[in-house]
Amino acid sequence: MTATQTIRLGEIAHARSGDKGNHANVGVIAYTWAGFDYLRDVLTEQRVKEYFAELKVTRVDRFELPRLSAFNFLLYNALGGGASQSLRIDTQGKLLGTSILELEVPRPDSLDIMLRPLH
Amino acid sequence: MAIRIGNAAGFLGDNLDAPRLLAEQGNLDYLTLEYLAELTLSILARVREKNPAAGYAADFLEVLKSLLPALQNQPKLKIVTNAGGMNPAACARAASAVLAKAGLGDVSIGVVSGDDVLAEFPKFQAAGCKLENFDTGEPLDTARLSLVSANAYLGAKPIVEALAAGARIVITGRVADASLTVGPAVHEFGWGWQDWNRLAAASVAGHVIECGAQATGGLYRHWEELDLGHVGYPIAELEADGKFAITKTKESGGRVNRQTVTEQLLYEIGDPQHYLTPDVDVDFTTLEVRDAGENRVHVENATGREAPPSYKVSAAYRSGFTASGQLLVCGRDAVSKAEACGRMIFERLATAGYEYDEKLVEYLGTGVSAPGFRPAGEVREVMLRVSVRDARREAVERFTKELAPLITSGPPGLAGYASGRSSVRPVFAYWPTLVPKELVTASVEVKKVDEWNTQA
Repeated sequence: MTATQTIRLGEIAHARSGDKGNHANVGVIAYTWAGFDYLRDVLTEQRVKEYFAELKVTRVDRFELPRLSAFNFLLYNALGGGASQSLRIDTQGKLLGTSILELEVPRPDSLDIMLRPLH
Repeated sequence: MAIRIGNAAGFLGDNLDAPRLLAEQGNLDYLTLEYLAELTLSILARVREKNPAAGYAADFLEVLKSLLPALQNQPKLKIVTNAGGMNPAACARAASAVLAKAGLGDVSIGVVSGDDVLAEFPKFQAAGCKLENFDTGEPLDTARLSLVSANAYLGAKPIVEALAAGARIVITGRVADASLTVGPAVHEFGWGWQDWNRLAAASVAGHVIECGAQATGGLYRHWEELDLGHVGYPIAELEADGKFAITKTKESGGRVNRQTVTEQLLYEIGDPQHYLTPDVDVDFTTLEVRDAGENRVHVENATGREAPPSYKVSAAYRSGFTASGQLLVCGRDAVSKAEACGRMIFERLATAGYEYDEKLVEYLGTGVSAPGFRPAGEVREVMLRVSVRDARREAVERFTKELAPLITSGPPGLAGYASGRSSVRPVFAYWPTLVPKELVTASVEVKKVDEWNTQA
């Protein structure tokens, strides 16, 4: 896939992450309803698990919050031992929300209506 | 009539001016201050071990001094805080000394305790409660693990009891963060304890404001548009029917909009259909969130189900020692030099006879901390970060002495060791479990400042 055929998730969504013991959660919020419908198809549990493979995530559960145009991803064992024991600099998964926005998804045909609306 | 609840602390170490600014500018009915992260209590437990009159969030006393004018000028203002940590009564006594000196000896302080259940564990086990780790299912073996603290997340009921008995300041140990908001709402509106949808609404409001500025622009994706240097802290404006608004003061920076509030709604949640608190099982998927003017967001349609039958209990046990140190490595071969330094440290430690239970070498600046951060061009500056964990304190001590020698015996282009050796810290591991509610007794004591103050 060439660069023009993909977009960064961050073009159509924003995110926040935190820890749940040794697991992490990443909330992803589409800017628009169109973007939410699109991400339903492409931002799968499998895709997110592959993306975070280097953190040795063992399982990913996706939960939908359609009225908020949002998803919650639960990343199992993502923190190398959790806030209390992990030796990593990011013991609490604070970086993962920023990280996931770099994930590449295929460029949707109707990208224009998925971008952040300008008020 | 809506009630306004502002939260001006999201953890122990949060901004010290936020409570005063929010209290003086926020036209609040209640100021909440949340100090206890998951492992804060294990640290406070060790503080209490050394000094039986300590073990609470000492920051609160400094904050309380700054709040004296607001307390004197705003008769309706009340404070609800979990600053009590491992020692709520001692916190109340120390707070009373501050208040008495300011002529507020008539103020009633309510103390909520009973969350500290470590001493009750044998009783729980005798009652057939295996105290399984709810992540792994493993039963607790108290002979094998050295526990330092165990606290139940109490709910809003004892807070309501304290308020009903006239407390103007309520100091708790561990309670669910959202309950700091649910308590005032139930007290003011007289909701029933089976009024699940309204309890859910107040819990959602509490969840949104519990981390302070994270609801008002902190961590916001579009941070560069905001004046975060003067960020305001969040205010929840609750109605008797369970609808609420999130807002902030006009004078402050930051932003409250659908995006900042939704980001915080999703913060540290699991299954959004079952956000469990001691008060209610909340469904986040029915929520409607919409912009309602500048820095104002309306949240409606919270739904809840019957509260879980157990309290969550967080226990912490000793799990060895840890240390980590950093060195800046520069040059066009910075990455390979940093890798070599990492190897040398552990070669030298091996020569001295030390292997470690766990070790980690990170090359900060090269994109190792999470996916998506790899630099586009050549890296000529790397922060080498080396960490170990081990059961033996002395082995970790020895590790902290192995970074400095690289300054003279490693590659050229190293800096950043002027601050000296890094310190060895004990590790507290976390044991989350459930205990049936009937085994835990919350207690409430409400007395005037002058009465708290006379006790030793």
